[in-house]
Amino acid sequence: MNQPTDQLGWLGVPLAILAGAVGGGTPFLFVSLGECLTEKSGKINLGLEGVLITGAMTAYAASYKSGSPWFGVLVAGAAGMLLGFIHAWLAQKPKVNDIAVGIGMISFGSGLAFFFGKAFIQPLAPQLPSFDLGGWSANPALKAALKICPLFFLGVGLAFAMDWFFKSTRWGMFVRAVGDKPDAARAMGISVTSVRTLSIVFGSFLGGIGGAYLSLFYPGSWTERVSGGQGFMAVALVIFSRWNPVQCLWASLFFGGAQALGPALQAVGVSGYYYLFNASPYAFTLAVMIATCSSKRSLAGQPGALGSGA
Amino acid sequence: MTRSFPIVALALAGLIAASSAKDLTMGFIYVGPKDDYGYNQAHAEGKAGVSRLPGVKTVEEASVPETIAVQESMKNMIVQDGASVLFPTSFGYFDPHILKVAKQFPKVQFLHCGGLYTEGKHPKNVGSYFGYIDEAQYVCGVVAGHMTKSGKLGFIAAKPIPQVLRNINAFTLGARGANPKITVQVIFTGDWSLPVKEAEAATSLIDQGVDVLTCHVDSPKVIVQTAEKRGIYSSGYHASQAAIAPKGYLTGAEWDWSHVYGNYAKSIQAGKSLMDGGIPHVVRGGLKEGFVKISPYGPAVTEEAKKDAEAAKAKFMSGSMVIFKGELKDNTGAVVIPAGKEMKQQDPELEKMNYLVERVIGSTKG
Amino acid sequence: MVADSGGTARRRICFCIQIDMSDSDSTVPESVAAPAAKAGLRRISLPRWRGKLEAVALPAGAIVVSLVLFGLFCAANGKNPFAVFASIDKAAFGSWYAFQNTLVRAAPLMLCALCTAIPIRLGLVIIGNEGALVLGGLCATIIGLKMPSASPASVHIAMALTGAVAGGVWIAAIGALKHYRGVNETICSLLMNYIAIALLSQAVNTWIKDPASLNKPSSYPIPDEQMLQPLGETSIHWGLIFGLIACGIAWFLMQKTTFGFKVRTIGANIRAAQIAGISVGPITVMACFLAGMCPGLAGMVEVAAVQGSANEALNAGYGYSGILVAFLARQNPLGCILISTLLGGLLASGGALQRDHQLPDATILVFEGIVFVVILYSESLYGRWRFFQERTV
Repeated sequence: MNQPTDQLGWLGVPLAILAGAVGGGTPFLFVSLGECLTEKSGKINLGLEGVLITGAMTAYAASYKSGSPWFGVLVAGAAGMLLGFIHAWLAQKPKVNDIAVGIGMISFGSGLAFFFGKAFIQPLAPQLPSFDLGGWSANPALKAALKICPLFFLGVGLAFAMDWFFKSTRWGMFVRAVGDKPDAARAMGISVTSVRTLSIVFGSFLGGIGGAYLSLFYPGSWTERVSGGQGFMAVALVIFSRWNPVQCLWASLFFGGAQALGPALQAVGVSGYYYLFNASPYAFTLAVMIATCSSKRSLAGQPGALGSGA
Repeated sequence: MTRSFPIVALALAGLIAASSAKDLTMGFIYVGPKDDYGYNQAHAEGKAGVSRLPGVKTVEEASVPETIAVQESMKNMIVQDGASVLFPTSFGYFDPHILKVAKQFPKVQFLHCGGLYTEGKHPKNVGSYFGYIDEAQYVCGVVAGHMTKSGKLGFIAAKPIPQVLRNINAFTLGARGANPKITVQVIFTGDWSLPVKEAEAATSLIDQGVDVLTCHVDSPKVIVQTAEKRGIYSSGYHASQAAIAPKGYLTGAEWDWSHVYGNYAKSIQAGKSLMDGGIPHVVRGGLKEGFVKISPYGPAVTEEAKKDAEAAKAKFMSGSMVIFKGELKDNTGAVVIPAGKEMKQQDPELEKMNYLVERVIGSTKG
Repeated sequence: MVADSGGTARRRICFCIQIDMSDSDSTVPESVAAPAAKAGLRRISLPRWRGKLEAVALPAGAIVVSLVLFGLFCAANGKNPFAVFASIDKAAFGSWYAFQNTLVRAAPLMLCALCTAIPIRLGLVIIGNEGALVLGGLCATIIGLKMPSASPASVHIAMALTGAVAGGVWIAAIGALKHYRGVNETICSLLMNYIAIALLSQAVNTWIKDPASLNKPSSYPIPDEQMLQPLGETSIHWGLIFGLIACGIAWFLMQKTTFGFKVRTIGANIRAAQIAGISVGPITVMACFLAGMCPGLAGMVEVAAVQGSANEALNAGYGYSGILVAFLARQNPLGCILISTLLGGLLASGGALQRDHQLPDATILVFEGIVFVVILYSESLYGRWRFFQERTV
C-alpha cells in the first residue's frame, strides 16, 4: 500500500478546496453550461436534476456492460438528449409551464433511473481515467488533488467555446435572438421552436455528461443519492454567472470548492455547525443574488424571453 | 407446519384448525432502498435468509420514510398480507409510529431494530432487538491499529448519535489496545447517505495522513472505493465491501440478521410471543450470539494482526471481554467511567452514550 | 397566466385591462374570450357545460392514458398490468380503510400546493413549499413546548398560528425580494429551501435537541394530551380539515374578493395593474404571506398530529409534491383538493406494488412521472377541440 500522507494540517483546507473545486466542480460545470445554453434560448430546464441522475445511472451501467467508461459517457449524453427531447417537446406546447415540466421530468427521469439502476448498485464499473498532473510532487495529497479527469478540461474548453459561440457565430446569434426577442427572430425567418429544441436537447446532453462524471469519477459510484443537488443548483449558477459561460466556469469552481469546505474543516478540528456549513453554498448564492439584483433593471445578460413564456 | 405431512393429514388439519396451519407471515420495512450495499441491504439479506425456513412467508417494503407512511405500511401488512410479526428496521420508526400502531393491533408483534423497550411504558406486543456491532468494530480496530503506519485512523460517520458513538469508541479502544499511540479522526457528514460529502470527507482525511478508513453511514461503498483509489486501507461496515477493495480491505463489521430473524421465527412457530413473555422484549447479542460477525481478513492483513484479532474475538466468544470499563476518559479529559467499574454490553447506560473517548479527534457537538 | 408559450397577443403593452368576465379560471379558451371581450359583448349566460366538461374530460383522459403507459411499462417488466392496477385501486380507493390512507397522505399535499398555487396568480413561480413546511413545524414545536400546562386547544391554536406565521414570513420574504430587489423568485425559493432544511437539522441536532431522543435527534416531545387527535374513529387527523378549509378559503379569496381580483390583475399584466393604482408591492407580499401560511400549517400538523416532536422526518418531500399538485390542478385551489387525493392515492399504493408484485420501490416514482408528464401534455390540449368550445349565440 502507498505511504500515508504526512499530516498537512491547515494546509489541507486550501488543498481540499482546490481538489473540491476541480473534482466537485466538474458536474456543476457541465450542468450549468447545459442550462446556460437552454436559458439563452429562452427556456428554463429544471429537469436537469433528473437528467443528471439518469446520466449517472446510464453511464455506470454502460461502462459496466461494455468495459469502457468513455462509452458510458456517450450513453449518458444520449440518455440526457432523450430526456431533453421530451422536455423540449412538452415545454414548447401552448399553455404548458416550463417549471412544471421541469419538475415533472425530474420525477420521470429519476424514477426510471432508480428502477433500472437497481441492478447496477453492486457491480463495479470501470472508472474514467485521470491525468496525473501532480506527478512532480512528492506529496501524495497534492498528487491526488491534481489527478484531474479529462472531462474537466473538456468542460473548460467548452465554456470558452460556448462564449465564442454566442458572441461570434451565426448559430449563436440565432440562439440569443430566440432567447431575447422571439418575435423578431420569427420575423427573421428563424424557427424559434427548432432552435429552442436543439438548445434544450444539447443542454441535456451536457447534463447527462455531468451525471456520468458523478458515477464514473467523483464520487465514482452509482447509488440513488449520488446527486448532491447539482441539477437544481445549475439553474442558480447560471443566474449567478449572468448567463455567461466563462463565468459559469468560475462559479462552478467556486461551488465545488465550497462543497468541500465542511469536511475539510472537520478534518482539521473545526467541527461545529456542520449542518449549517452544508447549506453555505446556497446561502452564499442567495446573498450574492440579493446584493447584485435590482428591481429597476433586469439582470444584465438575462435573455428577454426567459420566464415570460413567449 | 412442515411439508413432510401427508397431504390428506394436512388438509384435515386445515379443516379442523385453519388458523394454526397457516404459514407465519413476517413483514419487513426498510427506510431506504434494499440494494444500498449497506444497512438496508443487510436487513434485506436477513429477510431473504429467514424466508427460506419452512413455514415462513415474508413480505417487505423498502424506502418507507419515517412519517405516517410507515404506519400505513405496517397496517397494510397486517390487514392485507396477514402479517403477525413485523420488523420495522429503522430507529426512527419506533416513536411514535410503532407505538401507535402496536396499540391498535395488540395481537400482532412488533420487533423494532435498535429501539429501547421500557417495561411498563411501552405496549406488551412491542420488542426490540439489536446487535452489538461495536464488538465487531473493536476487533476491526485491533486490526487497524496493527496495520496503520502513520498512526492515524479515520472514521466517517453520519451523526453523533449513541449507536454511532459506541462504534467509534469501540473501534478506537480496539486500536489503542494494539497501538496506544493511534488517533482516530472523525468527520460527521450530517446525514445517513451523502455520497459527495462522504467522498470529500474521505479525501480530506487521507490528505491529513490517515491510512485506515472506516465508517458508519448507510452505504460504505463510496468511502471504501475512495480509500482503494488512494491506496490506503479500509475497514468495512454493515456488509462486506471486500469486492470493491481487493487490495486494501482489511476486514469489516457485519450484521448477521438471518440468524436473528431465524431465531425469532422459530420461537414464534413454537408458540412463544412477546405478549406472554416467551420472547424477551429486549434482545441483544454480539459476536458470541451470532448477531454480528467479522468479514474475512483481506490479503494485506499481517499474521500479527490476525493473531491479535483472533485473540480478542476469542475473548468475546467466551464472554470475558469488556470493552467499556473504567477508568475511561473522554477526549475532553473528563472521566466517563470511573476506575473499577465494568460496563457489560447489555448495560442500558451504553445505549445513551454521548462522548468520544481519548485519542478520538472530533466533537459530539454539532 | 405566466409562461404560456406560443401566444403572441398578450405581449403587446395594452392599456385596456382585459377584465375576465368569467367566474372560473382559465378554462375558457382564449379564442372565445378575446373576441367577445373586444366586441364589448357580455356572453349570454347559456349553461356553460362544454368548458366544464373539458376541464373534467381532459384530466380524466390523461389519467387513462397514463394508466395505459404504465401498464405497458409493467408488462415490459413481466408483470400483469391489470393485476397491478387492481392493487393500486385496492390500496388507494378500494375500501374505506384504503381511502383513509389516501386522505391522510393528501392532507399535507393540499396545504403545500397552495404555496405555489396562490403566488402563481401573481405571476410568481415559487417552489419554497418544503422550506416553509419545515420552518413552520420547527417554530410551532418551539412554541408548543413552552406551554406544558396549557389546555390542548390553546396549544393547538398557538402552534397553528406560529407555524402559519413562520411559513408565511418565509414566503413573504421571497415575494418581497422579488418585488423590491428583482431577485428571481423561483431560484430564491429553491435556495431558501436548502437553508430552511439546514436550520431544521442544526436545530434538532443541537440547539433544541432532547438528550433522551438518542438515536433519533428530535426536540422534546409534545405531551400526548396536547397532540392533535384523530377525527373520531378514523385514522385521519385534523390536517385534512385544515387542508379542505384552506383550499376553500383560497378559492374564495382568489375568485370572489377584491384582493383576489387585484392579485389576478397583477398576474395578468403588472404594468396595467400599477397604472390602475393597485399597490403591487404590498399585495405581492401579502399574497405570498398567505401562501406561505399553508405549508407552515402543514408543518405544524405534521408535528402535532403525527411526529410528536420536531425532527428531520419533517423533511419528507411533501413540499416538492405540492408543487406538482399545484401545477396539475392548474392553480385552482379546488382542483388542488382533487389532485392531492389522486396523488395521495398513488403514493399510498406504492407499498402494495412492492409487496404484492415484487416491484422495486422506484416503480411508484415511474408511475408518478408518467402521470405528470401526460397530464402536463394534456394542458396543451385545452381549446383544441371544437366540441369543447363554448358556443356563442
